Amino acid sequence: MAYVELQGLRREFADVVALDGISLSLEEGEFVSFLGPSGCGKTTALRLVAGFDRPDAGRIVVDGKDMTRVPPNRRNMGMVFQAYSLFPNMTAERNIGFGLKIRGITGERRAQKIAELLELVGLERAAKRYPHQLSGGMQQRVALARALAIEPRVLLLDEPLSALDAKVRVQLREEIRRIQTRLGITTIYVTHDQEEALSISDRVAVLSQGHIEQIGTPSEIYGAPSTPFVAEFVGTMNRLEATVLDGERGEVDHGGVRLTVDAARGRRRGERVLVLVRPELLELSANGAGGENTLTGEVLTHTFLGPVTRLKVLGKDTELIADVSTAQSEALPVGVHVTARVPSTGTRLLTLESKEPGQDGQ
Amino acid sequence: MRKRISAGAVVWLVFAAVFFLLPLFSTLLFSLKSNQTGNCCTLEGYGLIVHDGQFWKTLRVSFVLSLETIVVSLLLLIPTVYWVHLKLPRLRPVISFLALIPFVVPPIVLVVGLFEVFKDSPDWFYAKPYGFLVGAYVILAFPYVYFSLDAGFRSIDVHTLTEASQNLGATWPTTLVRVILPNVRVAALAGAFLTLAIVMGEYTIASLAQFNTFPIYIQYINETKSFPAAAVTLMSFGITWAAMLALLIVGRERPFQVGGAR
Repeated sequence: MAYVELQGLRREFADVVALDGISLSLEEGEFVSFLGPSGCGKTTALRLVAGFDRPDAGRIVVDGKDMTRVPPNRRNMGMVFQAYSLFPNMTAERNIGFGLKIRGITGERRAQKIAELLELVGLERAAKRYPHQLSGGMQQRVALARALAIEPRVLLLDEPLSALDAKVRVQLREEIRRIQTRLGITTIYVTHDQEEALSISDRVAVLSQGHIEQIGTPSEIYGAPSTPFVAEFVGTMNRLEATVLDGERGEVDHGGVRLTVDAARGRRRGERVLVLVRPELLELSANGAGGENTLTGEVLTHTFLGPVTRLKVLGKDTELIADVSTAQSEALPVGVHVTARVPSTGTRLLTLESKEPGQDGQ
Repeated sequence: MRKRISAGAVVWLVFAAVFFLLPLFSTLLFSLKSNQTGNCCTLEGYGLIVHDGQFWKTLRVSFVLSLETIVVSLLLLIPTVYWVHLKLPRLRPVISFLALIPFVVPPIVLVVGLFEVFKDSPDWFYAKPYGFLVGAYVILAFPYVYFSLDAGFRSIDVHTLTEASQNLGATWPTTLVRVILPNVRVAALAGAFLTLAIVMGEYTIASLAQFNTFPIYIQYINETKSFPAAAVTLMSFGITWAAMLALLIVGRERPFQVGGAR
């Protein structure tokens, strides 16, 4: 049985539907991320789970108990906020001990618990410091320790890393995952950063306009997006509009070029589809001569990304993005004519203008 | 590198200092004159005041009135301002407007209005300074306490702190007392000391309502004894300044700052 269940949660603000009846189940100890752009409803969903807001319809069930009408102070859910939320009048250790004090845990037991948590987040030396004496990353570590101190049923994280610089963000997200795995605590993590969500979650729920577009493991979300929105939002994707020519052989027509893609097998002839190809799957070569399953174009720009370089290629009807090794990119300077081979396997196919999640994924 | 202060700034500084300090210095010289001979310098005026039972009595009345006004104002306004910031931010302009009314309504109108409003109230309230005057002074102190608290609440993230506190299991009263209040303490103190200064110096309402408070006593001395009047004026000034100084010290003593990361 699922440990946390969100059942048809709906929330409206004036005439805006923030959540349009989302349903989701989390197993005990699972780490699920809500991923989506601003205004997709992910924070609203988290606030409903925390009890800071009430749904217009739907239920929140935790460990078999209906929590929908339970006030936030009686839900026993630990939360780390996006904004710095430490109590400015309390030192790090008093912040961590606040929830314990409320629960009547005092003296040696509290001190021991605080010391354990400070060690867990690596801040033993910062116990006596006030929030303004801590860096942003340290403050969020203390906030995490404070949330964990009450031994919550569910840990809620609302974009806890968004105010931090890139290096600290990567470091801290790995630490969050390490601690979550060690404690086996059921966690909901809200973020708009796909890399963050994909790197630390057991499952990712991609939200858009108040509904869940797709739920799946990070590799499913990245490798097999089930809707155009997910394909567009998660990672970079080449979108090639095409018409199915031969469903038996998996052939499609893209701007007069015949491409063979396995995902088109079984499709109806004449069906309008979107062929989705990740930039790293396109194989570029410098001759520009064409060939089987290839598109041709001219290199427009180079963007250095470290080990790989992203090339923008202007084709006849479309603009392609391809990631090649930085060493290889030197042989493909701006202005050169290139051939981009579309692999027949590994590409995805969606029916054009499909809206229903899961309807068209192959 | 140390910044040089321009000659113009020094001139203005000296001018301002003279403008503020000269009257005080003159009052000090005047207060040191003998009541009998009119010669300088003696503490006779000060001695006369501190040995006058009415001085201590009225000072105590005004001080107790100040404390009572501070307590009532803070009890009324801290939860109100907290709730407005948290749940009813649209009401902020309305309350800010209401807070300006005591500046606009002349004290005589206020007193007449209050007489009318409270005329049927019990004697322990209507006939005593600790009842009637406190009612009036809470209204007078409203803008000072409100705007101080409003600034204090604006300097903290009320929503996040409240939600963080509740998330950890705290009830509304616990959140207010343990989390919110310590973080608006300086704002509350600012409002409190301004109230103290106002009540310690308020003459019109007390006079019209015929209560014998410290400013009434100062006025009485002023009319009857010229040199001790200067002494009592300076002493009253000293009390107000001591209150302001206390605010500064308390403000500096706080070990924490509100908001931000290092």
